Amino acid sequence: MQSPSANTETAPRPLIAEFRAATRRYGDVLAADALSIGIGRGEFLSFLGPSGCGKTTALRMLAGFETPTSGEVYLDGERVTEVPAYRRPVNMVFQHYALFPHLSVADNISYGLRQRRPRPDRAEVAQKVDRALAMVRLSGFGPRRIWEMSGGQQQRVALARAIVNEPKLLLLDEPLAALDRKLRREMQIELQTLQRQLGITFVLVTHDQEEALSMSDRICIMRGGRIVQSGSPNALYDQPVSRYVADFVGKSNFIDGIVTAQSGKDGQVETALGQRFAGRLSGSLEQGTKASLSIRPEQIGLTHAPRGGAEPVSVINRIFLGEHTEYLVRHATLGDLLVLVARQAEASEGGFAPGDAGFISWAPETGLILGQD
Amino acid sequence: MQRRLSTWLLLAPAGVWFAVMLVLPLCFVLVFSFGEREAAGGYVPAFTLEQYANLPTRGKAFLNTLILAPLGTLLSLLIAYPLAYFLAMRANPKWRTMLLILVIVPFWTSILIRSYAWIFILGGQGLPALIEWLGFGEVRLINTPFAVLTGIVYGYLPLMVLPVYVSLERLDKRLLEASADLGAPPLQGFLQVTLPLSLPGVATGCMLVFILLMGEFLIPAMLGGGKVFFIGNALVDLFLQSRNWAFGAAVAVTLVLIMLVTDTLYMWLMRRLGGAREDVSLM
Repeated sequence: MQSPSANTETAPRPLIAEFRAATRRYGDVLAADALSIGIGRGEFLSFLGPSGCGKTTALRMLAGFETPTSGEVYLDGERVTEVPAYRRPVNMVFQHYALFPHLSVADNISYGLRQRRPRPDRAEVAQKVDRALAMVRLSGFGPRRIWEMSGGQQQRVALARAIVNEPKLLLLDEPLAALDRKLRREMQIELQTLQRQLGITFVLVTHDQEEALSMSDRICIMRGGRIVQSGSPNALYDQPVSRYVADFVGKSNFIDGIVTAQSGKDGQVETALGQRFAGRLSGSLEQGTKASLSIRPEQIGLTHAPRGGAEPVSVINRIFLGEHTEYLVRHATLGDLLVLVARQAEASEGGFAPGDAGFISWAPETGLILGQD
Repeated sequence: MQRRLSTWLLLAPAGVWFAVMLVLPLCFVLVFSFGEREAAGGYVPAFTLEQYANLPTRGKAFLNTLILAPLGTLLSLLIAYPLAYFLAMRANPKWRTMLLILVIVPFWTSILIRSYAWIFILGGQGLPALIEWLGFGEVRLINTPFAVLTGIVYGYLPLMVLPVYVSLERLDKRLLEASADLGAPPLQGFLQVTLPLSLPGVATGCMLVFILLMGEFLIPAMLGGGKVFFIGNALVDLFLQSRNWAFGAAVAVTLVLIMLVTDTLYMWLMRRLGGAREDVSLM
């Protein structure tokens, strides 16, 4: 990262929504701590973090279900901080869909249109409902009752009910959490396609990194009500600003220690046992501060014969993943490490079985020295 | 075989109870209703429709019941719904159980004693005295339809509050957020989401109160003072005072028929309202 604070990074397009130091307090708990971020028009933005990190509060402040204790929320250039949910041109896909059980699929979808004053005429409503149903591939399901629909279909109805209103922001609160793995994959692709077709700005809240990485243009990693880092999935993966981000986005191995040398972007970490490892410094870390060297599993090579600078390990476990094989290896002082070996590399080197001895090595520039916060 | 036997054994107590205590007496009543009155009171076997032809002589009791029972049900609903709504949607969860218990507390005292209390409240020394003292002139409250309605609504309110409360409490509050999110102001959200989804509870409460009101005799007897009487009072009178069992049986059968029709309507309505949803209460 070039900038010391990742939160000030500006959105790449004109803004459709913006938090300005939005803070939401529940008693002593700071659910959102001076959130400041702009959401670009047509962007697919995700708030990613564990439960309690404030991502849902952020979404609910956009929807109008929460009013910030201090700070402002802007929508399309207007200050909407205290505007109630029913007056915001924003729609939400709820975590458990929150479909109206007493209404048919079509009546659920038309609910938003029917609230408009003056009321749009029937033919227009019916036409829009049909178009929305087609968009989520549920044509002909209009007269069905909600409980006759499967989980995946209900998900689509919830989506149709929101997009039929052509909102300025579509908010998605863990929309895929209740679906099984295969369906989730399908819906991820569908959501992305839909977003491109409609050009609506999507704001997704999720704790599932894979979901966020695969769909978003930009991800905000949240923790304790703050945005720790925001950036494209690639940037977050390759240039995490802290151990927390590296741990949350993708898998990584960490070697904890203290920064003992730094010159420009290069640095060195010394472990408690005195082992020294070189790596690239992320941000500015003073000498003597606690830091972690992060090495992605795919950056580590596993060989039968020692090479220069290789560390001896024993193989604990092997998981075949098709294109890759994931090894869990144990090092005498570094502990357990994950190593991801590509199919080709494994073919040339030969596989390992649990119990085998081997050597791991990585190029120093692939190691990232991260602050431990 | 084993399973079937255990099923029958499990059903036996309730089955026997219903057969002996409900079906059999109903059969007696039905047979009696076609009979004649013995001169000294009681029953003489016969087959005549004379008793049914006599029904119009008790027209006033039927009329009172058929007006005051639905009216009492409606009034109970109008008072109970906001209360149940408050308990389910607005009350602090910390106090909710306590408040619910308060709703039920009156049941800890016999309705007889509570109705006595109303006699004093509505009687000459009670509210009417206060109204007169305030200068609103002379009013009579006791022994009027108003007194009976007051007693009815007071007595049956908890039976209305509880089912409505349950249906409101069970309502997924996220649906209201969804409604607001889709642009519906709070009142529209109530009319389009809360109200329809609480209708099963409303119907159950209305049915509970209505059924009991149709057979009510204590409250009209105490607060109606013989001037405002229900079918229940007519039955007590026919069976216990004038000992005209045959005519009493005919009145009772008619009442049962009215109830059957209402109940059928209720079931039909519930199916219309709730469709095939599993959470529909069928009483």
